Amino acid sequence: MATPPNNPPLLEVKNLRVEFPTRRGTLLAVDDVSFDIAPGEVLGVVGESGAGKSLTGNAIIGLLEPPGRIAGGEIRLEGRRIDNLPYEEMRKVRGARIGAIFQDPLTSLNPLYSVGHQLVETIQTHLPLSAAEARTRALDLLKEVGIPGAETRIDHYPHQFSGGMRQRVVIALALCAGPRLIVADEPTTALDVSIQAQIIALLKRLCREHGTAVMLVTHDMGVIAETADRVAVMYAGRIAEIGPVRDVVKHAKHPYTKGLMGSIPSLGVRTERLTQIDGAMPRLTEIPQGCAFNPRCTARGSRCLVERPDLMAAGTTRAACWLHDRGGIGAPVVKETADA
Amino acid sequence: MAARSALSGWLHRAADSDVWWSFKSSPMTVAAAVATFLIVAVAFLSPVLAPHTPFDPATLSLTDGLKPPAMLSADGDWAFPLGTDDQGRDILSSIMYGTRLSLVVGLASVVVAMTLGITLGLLSGYLGGAVDALIMRVADVQLTFPAILVALLIDGIVRGIISVKRHDEIAIYVIVGAIGLSFWVQYARTVRGSVMVEKNKEYVQAARVIGLSPLLIMVRHVLPNVTGPVLVIATINLGLAIITEATLSFLGVGLPSTEPSLGTLIRLGNEVLQSGDWWITVFPGVTLAALVLAVNLLGDWLRDALNPKLR
Amino acid sequence: MPDGSGTQFVRIAGLKRYFDVSAPWLVRMIERRPRQIVQAVDGIDIEIAKGETFSLVGESGCGKSTVARLVVGLYPPTAGTIEFDGNDMAGRHSRADMAALRRRMQMIFQDPYASLNPRWRVFDIIAEPIRAFGLSKDKADLQKRVEDLLRQVRLTPADGRKFPHEFSGGQRQRVSIARALASQPEFLVCDEPTSALDVSVQAQILNLMVDLQRRFGLTYLFISHNLAVVYHISTRVGVMYLGRLVEVAPTETLFTRPKHPYTRMLLDTIPDLDMTGRQRSPVAGEVPSPINPPSGCTFHPRCPFANDRCKAERPKALSIEGGTVACHAIEEGRLPVEERTYVANS
Ligand SMILES: Nc1ncnc2c1ncn2[C@@H]1O[C@H](COP(=O)(O)OP(=O)(O)OP(=O)(O)O)[C@@H](O)[C@H]1O
Ligand SMILES: Nc1ncnc2c1ncn2[C@@H]1O[C@H](COP(=O)(O)OP(=O)(O)OP(=O)(O)O)[C@@H](O)[C@H]1O
Ligand code: SF4
Ligand code: SF4
Ligand SMILES: [Mg+2]
Ligand SMILES: [Mg+2]
Repeated sequence: MATPPNNPPLLEVKNLRVEFPTRRGTLLAVDDVSFDIAPGEVLGVVGESGAGKSLTGNAIIGLLEPPGRIAGGEIRLEGRRIDNLPYEEMRKVRGARIGAIFQDPLTSLNPLYSVGHQLVETIQTHLPLSAAEARTRALDLLKEVGIPGAETRIDHYPHQFSGGMRQRVVIALALCAGPRLIVADEPTTALDVSIQAQIIALLKRLCREHGTAVMLVTHDMGVIAETADRVAVMYAGRIAEIGPVRDVVKHAKHPYTKGLMGSIPSLGVRTERLTQIDGAMPRLTEIPQGCAFNPRCTARGSRCLVERPDLMAAGTTRAACWLHDRGGIGAPVVKETADA
Repeated sequence: MAARSALSGWLHRAADSDVWWSFKSSPMTVAAAVATFLIVAVAFLSPVLAPHTPFDPATLSLTDGLKPPAMLSADGDWAFPLGTDDQGRDILSSIMYGTRLSLVVGLASVVVAMTLGITLGLLSGYLGGAVDALIMRVADVQLTFPAILVALLIDGIVRGIISVKRHDEIAIYVIVGAIGLSFWVQYARTVRGSVMVEKNKEYVQAARVIGLSPLLIMVRHVLPNVTGPVLVIATINLGLAIITEATLSFLGVGLPSTEPSLGTLIRLGNEVLQSGDWWITVFPGVTLAALVLAVNLLGDWLRDALNPKLR
Repeated sequence: MPDGSGTQFVRIAGLKRYFDVSAPWLVRMIERRPRQIVQAVDGIDIEIAKGETFSLVGESGCGKSTVARLVVGLYPPTAGTIEFDGNDMAGRHSRADMAALRRRMQMIFQDPYASLNPRWRVFDIIAEPIRAFGLSKDKADLQKRVEDLLRQVRLTPADGRKFPHEFSGGQRQRVSIARALASQPEFLVCDEPTSALDVSVQAQILNLMVDLQRRFGLTYLFISHNLAVVYHISTRVGVMYLGRLVEVAPTETLFTRPKHPYTRMLLDTIPDLDMTGRQRSPVAGEVPSPINPPSGCTFHPRCPFANDRCKAERPKALSIEGGTVACHAIEEGRLPVEERTYVANS
């Protein structure tokens, strides 16, 4: 689903930095991240656990948990800066313009109230509707997210729903006020593959029909391949590569993305061993100088050890890797093989 | 081995942890810790530090009776900085000895309550079923009685069984037992809750796959993981136990007045409060309040610091 | 691949496990509610040959983990037998014999965060089975064994002094594997060992498991809902639905010539990584509750090929193409075998 290139972006993130002041110094967990999302577009965000995907998402919806804070950069929604809004105002934006979906549906639902009650309450805080109108809208939403028998289900409590249906209720909650942007953090990880397919179909339909933009954080490459228009690959708090989904998945330019895509077991060929990237992502306190991926990179050169690459054009995608710079990587540095 | 490694592990992490850091960065907590330490140290060193031996009749003289505090009144005698009671006992020394006694009773009854509560809680949580139902129903019933009432009841029963004279000798055991018995429920419930969470964690199942006995699993695996919340309750309970003992003594069913605890001192002082000799009761009262406040502050901090982090 | 004739290493026959999830007796009497029994595992036969990897797949709640737990003895079975290398696990064994049997089978758990005691050092965690089974002669020997194990899972001996929270998810899962290997088992039950990990770490762990299998001739019972992972690692695959095995087949056959209607639906849910435009169709309908499973073939409410016989009669396992299928339509020959091909990713 290609988006017209001249569409103004719905969400712009520029040079975002998120840091945690701790007693051992300040940890930079999201380091100079920039991207944008057009209306109706799905941006997938992938990367190793701890790469900063959730923090980026939470920064956008204004729900960073203290002591985490935005230390730099700006976030604009439909041209308006939202990263420096006071809490109350941000809360309104979050309900009305941005919807959030988290991994565990139970954290977003109150077990003590019926699903309908929670929907009506959310609708009424954001839209000037009477209780009866709000209930009608809640019912429509439940039908829209595909809850069978919505008329009776609306008065049930969260625990009476299956995991997949609960997640659909959470999506309905996020959609209450007709948001322009949905930030979905691992919305399908807790779900079964079959239910996962239903949720993805739902998200795609929303983009198509309402022009909603979606930031989809997940480490399930299958979900990304099916849903996203573009993908951002994060590594150690930075974007390693970003580009159209097909190009990133099939023709990755950054060595980390290549390794990541190669690690996915695929049907059709049974190999003895899967491709793997040796080693582990560095802790935030031990990020090496130069390119953060250099201790694990098989292609690294002397320049990689001292100079940090920024995103640069690499064919059809943009990658943060000196291999794609005219200056090159410098003299090759053989990776010591002892680490694992 | 496992127990030792668990302990050293805990120490290692404690020294390196956010808990120590949060301790250092909270002046209130540091002050409470210093105050607790001072009170405890002075109390236990009272035989060395106290200027008088207030319970030795040989050293008492009635002529010293009812002297006001020297620091506040010209009538006072600097040999008795906080004054004396009607028997001529030095209030300062009485407080030091009394605090020691109160602390001993408090600590001992916390240990009793903890042992009982942890054991029953572990059994209840790990075995579940009928054992759990029984223990928890008993706990529910007990919770509907205030701790004081339980202690009064036990003390009453013991008094009914043995003579008054013998009662004075074993009073301290009775009171420790009574307070201990009235506080176990909280430990049992907390431990049971934690055990029910922990026992379904996969590390416990891994131990079962190896074939360890339930007892070993409880002691080696589950117990170290429930110490956090228990420790917190213990600090809060220490204060409560001291107050309960004081209340019981105040009601006259606690320790004999020949060996006054802080609570007894307050009661004795209270009887003569009408005649204007306020110092006999106010100074022990202030000490008790300070001790309880300091320990509670420590407990509160510990609860906040331990809860989300040491995981 | 098993030849079917030789002795099977692990033999599971008629295995059932029911859970009583009724309300307490008093509540039940007052509110006049019936007893509620979950038929988590309802009659399963599996044979696993030495050195093979047998995988179980199926939707959430179909009873995969329950089978794993039954096999390692975490739950006693309601009915049926589990034989391990010719020994009936439920039979009368002396303590020593039982310990000897337990030593030979171990389990790797799903959650690398919950499966290691947070208060223990990694050294003690790995040493625990060695100590429990009395496998080391002295301290030096124990030290050496643990260090060897750490190296086998590609950690360093120095890591033994650390606590679990100092490791990443993938590294913790290695510690878990090292602990499982510590008693030198021959059979490993792995319940979703990589589901909590991301793909690059998953590849590391799967490669490690394959290496270890080759090195020590291990036999695996592997559980996962990720069909691509299962395709990659297994010799044979069993498909579970509501506590029953509906199809067992050699891996290649199962993926290219699926027979049971449920297997076909399950294969349709595999995400399309190659973006060939293949439509992913969700399995229709909600999963029925295992408390009141449908009569006859439990799949009939969701099955496009169901007829009256399916509603009444439970299908028997039918041997075909080196595997078994339990479906009336296949037996009656009214459902032709379907060929599938997959394009390799890149
Ligand atoms: N409260 C905190 N204090 C210190 N560091 C934190 C805190 N919260 C998160 N971090 C660190 O920030 C980094 C990014 O975390 P984030 O949750 O964004 O990762 P992620 O990419 O979403 O990973 P996952 O796939 O595991 O969800 C991690 O290294 C994490 O350790
Ligand atoms: N201890 C238990 N008590 C009661 N019911 C249980 C128990 N363990 C499992 N069940 C039930 O048995 C059924 C099978 O559960 P099981 O955990 O084996 O499923 P699974 O296939 O492993 O699913 P998943 O993929 O979600 O892990 C479920 O309906 C579950 O609710
Ligand atoms: S910049 Fe150098 S080290 Fe980093 S990914 Fe590119 S080649 Fe590898
Ligand atoms: S037995 Fe009948 S209902 Fe069951 S899978 Fe086969 S055709 Fe479908
Ligand atoms: Mg995350
Ligand atoms: Mg399971």
